Amino acid sequence: MKLHRARTLDRILDAVGNTPLVRLARLKELQRAPDVKVYAKLEFANPGGSVKDRAARQMILDALADGRLTRDKILVDSTSGNTGVAYAMIGAALGLKVELVMPRNVTEPRKRVARAFGAKLTFSDPMEGSDGAIKQVREMVDKSPEQYFYPDQYSNPSNPRAHYLGTAKEILDDLGRELTHFVAGLGTSGTMMGSTRRLKEAGFPIRCVAVEPDQPLHGLEGLKHMASSLVPAIYDPHVPDEIMPVGTDEGWDMSDRLAREEGLHVGHSSGANVWAAVQLAKQCIARGEPATIVAIVCDRGDRYFAPMKWERSYVW
Amino acid sequence: MAVIVRIPTPLRSLTGGNEEVHVEEAGTVSDVIDRLEVKHAGMKDRLLDDKGVRKFINIYVGEEDIRFLDGLRTAVKDGEQISIVPAIAGG
Repeated sequence: MKLHRARTLDRILDAVGNTPLVRLARLKELQRAPDVKVYAKLEFANPGGSVKDRAARQMILDALADGRLTRDKILVDSTSGNTGVAYAMIGAALGLKVELVMPRNVTEPRKRVARAFGAKLTFSDPMEGSDGAIKQVREMVDKSPEQYFYPDQYSNPSNPRAHYLGTAKEILDDLGRELTHFVAGLGTSGTMMGSTRRLKEAGFPIRCVAVEPDQPLHGLEGLKHMASSLVPAIYDPHVPDEIMPVGTDEGWDMSDRLAREEGLHVGHSSGANVWAAVQLAKQCIARGEPATIVAIVCDRGDRYFAPMKWERSYVW
Repeated sequence: MAVIVRIPTPLRSLTGGNEEVHVEEAGTVSDVIDRLEVKHAGMKDRLLDDKGVRKFINIYVGEEDIRFLDGLRTAVKDGEQISIVPAIAGG
């Protein structure tokens, strides 16, 4: 039985999760293969606009419940953008102070959305990427630990727990034993770790495939090339059944195609996830095996629009 | 005199870990990339494709994105700072 989202909600936090699965059927690779289905799980339907609402909500609620987060503390974390938006939204809804450290070259829409919710932003050196933001927030917290609550999305077990309790459960409720494959990208790795652990308890085989950029210098914003990055504490490379490398061009091209061919305007990491799902679908079609594949669509494409002319210069 | 090129973390494997590289005798951004390739093989392919600068790489002369200047033909002067800024990784 599927529990539908109630029509009236007491608070915006309750609108997080229960995102729809939408079948992709117009991509040419998937036509004339009725037994191989690819579904996109539309995480941009979360109120903060991305999959990160789930982890942020769980980290905050778990910390409020056990007293790590109290009203006199400032929530501070490093983020490449979407987690920051989620913290800022939930912070506003619960009356919590939020400070975010992000690389200065985070896209302008995400900075503005986070600020609109009242969060204070600090910028780190763009040359150091998201690892530079991690180091900067650790220094701030080390200086005055009593002032801050530092969820540390890369190390916090509540991050994968959100997907264990939510994302994977929803997929199992919606598709049941039909589900054969699950695809998600690696950033903090929370989506992959938590969802896979739940899916492995389903009692039937589900192949869980992690998507990773194919080289250290890439344009798949939000995804981490683990071998060249600070590896998140929550990441266990043995959890996924397979790690599929994806090129920037493949991810970007699939994002463009999803907009034009399926009416889904999504970010580049979502394009990479769907590209990987289509590769799996092609393998199943070639073997004549029926399959039902779910790919996580992390956010909407408008978070990545290029800066306007008047935003063109950055101050280092 | 030379121009100073700031190298982002993911490309430092090509520069022996150096955060900055000095490049001599370069008149344009294109020259700078050619000189970088001579000293640090593999750099050019990471930065350029057959259409020019890869879409996800941003190159700045001072604080200006070369997309809003003359692209790869943007002039560089001695002492100027060039920054290669990649997209942002996860979280």
